[in-house]
Amino acid sequence: MSTAAEHLHHDEHHDHKPSGIKRWLYTTNHKDIGTLYLWFAFIMFLIGGAMAMVIRAELFQPGLQLVDPNFFNQMTTVHGLIMVFGAVMPAFTGLANWMVPLMIGAPDMALPRMNNWSFWILPFAFLILLSSLFLEGGGPNFGWTFYAPLSTTYSNDSTALFVFSVHIMGASSIMGAINVIVTIFNMRAPGMTWMKMPLFVWTWLITAFLLIAVMPVLAGAVTMVLTDKFFGTSFFNAAGGGDPVLFQHIFWFFGHPEVYIMILPAFGIISQIVPTFSRKPLFGYASMVYATASIALLSFIVWAHHMFTTGMPVAAELFFMFATMLISVPTGVKVFNWVATMWRGAISFEIPMLFALAFIVLFTIGGFSGLMLAITPVDFQYHDTYFVVAHFHYVLVTGAVFSIMAAVYYWLPKWCGKMYDLTLAKWHFWCSLISVNVLFFPMHFVGLAGMPRRIPDYSLQFADFNKWVSIGGFAFGLSQLIFLALLIKACRKQGEAATDQVWEGAEGLEWEIPSPAPYHTFETPPVVK
Amino acid sequence: MARSVLTALFATLLSAAAMAQPSQLNLRKGVTDISAQVYDLHMTIFYICVVIGILVFGAMFFAMIFHRKSRGVKPANFHESVKVEVAWTVVPFLILIGMAIPAASTLIAMEDTSKADVTVLVTGSQWKWHYKYMENEVEYYSVLATQQEQIHNKFSKGENYLLEVDRPLVIPTDKKVRFLVTSDDVIHSWWVPDFAVKKDANPGFINEAWARVNEPGIYRGQCAELCGKDHGFMPVVVIAKTPAEYDAWIAEQEAIQRKAKEEEQKLLAMNMDMTELMDLGSKVYQSTCAACHMPNGEGLPGVFPGLKGSAIATGDVRKHIDVVVNGVSGTAMQAFGKQLSLKELAAVITYERNAWGNNTGETVQAKDVNAVQTGK
Repeated sequence: MSTAAEHLHHDEHHDHKPSGIKRWLYTTNHKDIGTLYLWFAFIMFLIGGAMAMVIRAELFQPGLQLVDPNFFNQMTTVHGLIMVFGAVMPAFTGLANWMVPLMIGAPDMALPRMNNWSFWILPFAFLILLSSLFLEGGGPNFGWTFYAPLSTTYSNDSTALFVFSVHIMGASSIMGAINVIVTIFNMRAPGMTWMKMPLFVWTWLITAFLLIAVMPVLAGAVTMVLTDKFFGTSFFNAAGGGDPVLFQHIFWFFGHPEVYIMILPAFGIISQIVPTFSRKPLFGYASMVYATASIALLSFIVWAHHMFTTGMPVAAELFFMFATMLISVPTGVKVFNWVATMWRGAISFEIPMLFALAFIVLFTIGGFSGLMLAITPVDFQYHDTYFVVAHFHYVLVTGAVFSIMAAVYYWLPKWCGKMYDLTLAKWHFWCSLISVNVLFFPMHFVGLAGMPRRIPDYSLQFADFNKWVSIGGFAFGLSQLIFLALLIKACRKQGEAATDQVWEGAEGLEWEIPSPAPYHTFETPPVVK
Repeated sequence: MARSVLTALFATLLSAAAMAQPSQLNLRKGVTDISAQVYDLHMTIFYICVVIGILVFGAMFFAMIFHRKSRGVKPANFHESVKVEVAWTVVPFLILIGMAIPAASTLIAMEDTSKADVTVLVTGSQWKWHYKYMENEVEYYSVLATQQEQIHNKFSKGENYLLEVDRPLVIPTDKKVRFLVTSDDVIHSWWVPDFAVKKDANPGFINEAWARVNEPGIYRGQCAELCGKDHGFMPVVVIAKTPAEYDAWIAEQEAIQRKAKEEEQKLLAMNMDMTELMDLGSKVYQSTCAACHMPNGEGLPGVFPGLKGSAIATGDVRKHIDVVVNGVSGTAMQAFGKQLSLKELAAVITYERNAWGNNTGETVQAKDVNAVQTGK
């Protein structure tokens, strides 16, 4: 492979990229587009985080202090939409853009122009969504799950903007997913057989199929909301022969695979990082692939566990309870495999590994509360309380978001060619780890004690924990500014030069090209033995 | 494991504030046999998670401590073992079956709403509950009783802040009480944690739930499904009385409600003066209308229309009465004809036509409202 590296150095002379803003607007380069996605996701993460700060400031003590309930509902709604569609999903797409071609030895993504388009429609989607907040009556205030008829008959006119922005986000995701699938199917280097593909590639491939399967369902759901609200249809209106619960079935048929869309690539990232810093091959590679595929398949038959209280027949409740419990089996296999990978390895604790270890412990805690939520009779008590809020923030923040941070710390030296500021990175890790638990752990308690979610004010028994939660929230928010400082420094190419391999135990094609990765890589495909 | 450690940690942190009681940390056992079963299921699955957590995190931390590069260890190279992998697929599966059996039996018991002694129709609407006793001629609305001044931090907050209503639901103990749950507008969810009952109120559909309460007492819950602006302000309060006390109560309520209907008919012949109407109207407006149209009558632009200077509140009286009595379909405007008495309706419409500079100088009487309501 050393010849490939030499060849690539030679290729750097052929960069014909426009400079300035045109480079970024017109780019069809997977690395540029990956960078755009990642920065976009980070900016959205900060905006969505600022909204969470508004929520936590209002909930700091009982009583209404800062915002009125209508605006509070807009904050919870837009916070959710931005974090799901603006932060986590684009961040994973950015990582896929950067890393999938490098990991399979492809020169670029298969459909570079569509790649450009799928990114550049995203800022407009969020511009539409955010601008609706400034209209008379405000933006969407019905929760990111937009249950009808709250989002139809009882919503304000900015719902139309919400619908169009979700349509654009969906189109972007579908195009991104098509690109990933076509790239992986057609552009693997000679010798890169299916069962040699790095797990990040595998998990993204499966995720991309989930995206293609369910994003059109979301598009259908928002379209029906649009016509119910503005054109007099009655899909979700009982008075016209429709059914409001039908909305929930459609939404969660999208929504449950969606949560796996946000966690399967995370599994892939952790499966890359743990072996590197354990200096030992991943335990149970094949079972990891099968477990990912089983989770993806099961995700289509568990949606109604989000709606146990809507009044389903007992048989349906039993079916969805059993199917949901079943998901813990392949998920458990993954956690066991990571621990077995570490077992008798030679472990070191660089920043990506710290985030990966935090992921394993905290995601598993989120998995435990998920298993508890699967038990239907008890779910009646947990449902729509802060226990659920604690659960999904453990899997999405300390799960998905921590994995994205781990990935950035893992591959950033490859992208920039310089090792980032390790002191800032350590501060970022430890501040985030401590504050995120102060933020989300007490939510379990207030939820079990009976605090409903999505309320701007609460009874006095919940006051003490909410104060802690808010303090943890502000600390976690501020900790991300450390990350911002570190990323700005890294983009200015400050720091020590990184080697091509970067990490002692790292293996894979991406570590065989120079650091920083040249603008064009693998124009001649490498051969994988 | 991490959880119990943190539980202890937070308990210590909070002991300074002398607030840490068990009920603030965990699910409650409740006061029905079902809620006790639910609590037991909760603790069982929790302990299963704790044991698995100790094993997994224990192995992980053991590796982190003893298999670290800085101790000079040489990494092993094993990367699969069919036996181990089959074992940790099959064992969790068996544990799940062990968990699924008691969960299924409790669930089946919870969903058996047959042979009820008392049936109550629970109807949610923005943002109040309505209770109708199916076997008796008793029905009423139940709305938040906490003062706005407490919510806006002008008065100190009472013990049951946000968990108190003007008229709680009353049910008998030791009887199977069936709840039929539905909604007049958006989806709400009727939740009483002590009964382990949480059921969505879906507009146009009726859900069923039940409880057999063992202990007399006052039980508090809240709406659990986001239902708009004041979702956080529609509590559920249930008083469980012994069957004898309940029978006395329901008989008394029946008599009171019958009498009120008779009084209402007498009112049709009477006229109230402007001051009387405005006084009562102001009270009704603040408790019933101000949540959307705002105390100053200006509404929330883009969400809820204002009444100050509006075409309806200053235009044709019959149209105004029609909107208040029958609501406006396809909007959040409810039909208040069944929620308020004729006298209250007359007063609040008069108030809306004369407050905030609307000054039409017109009074509306109970017989005017009755005329629109009966279509004369």
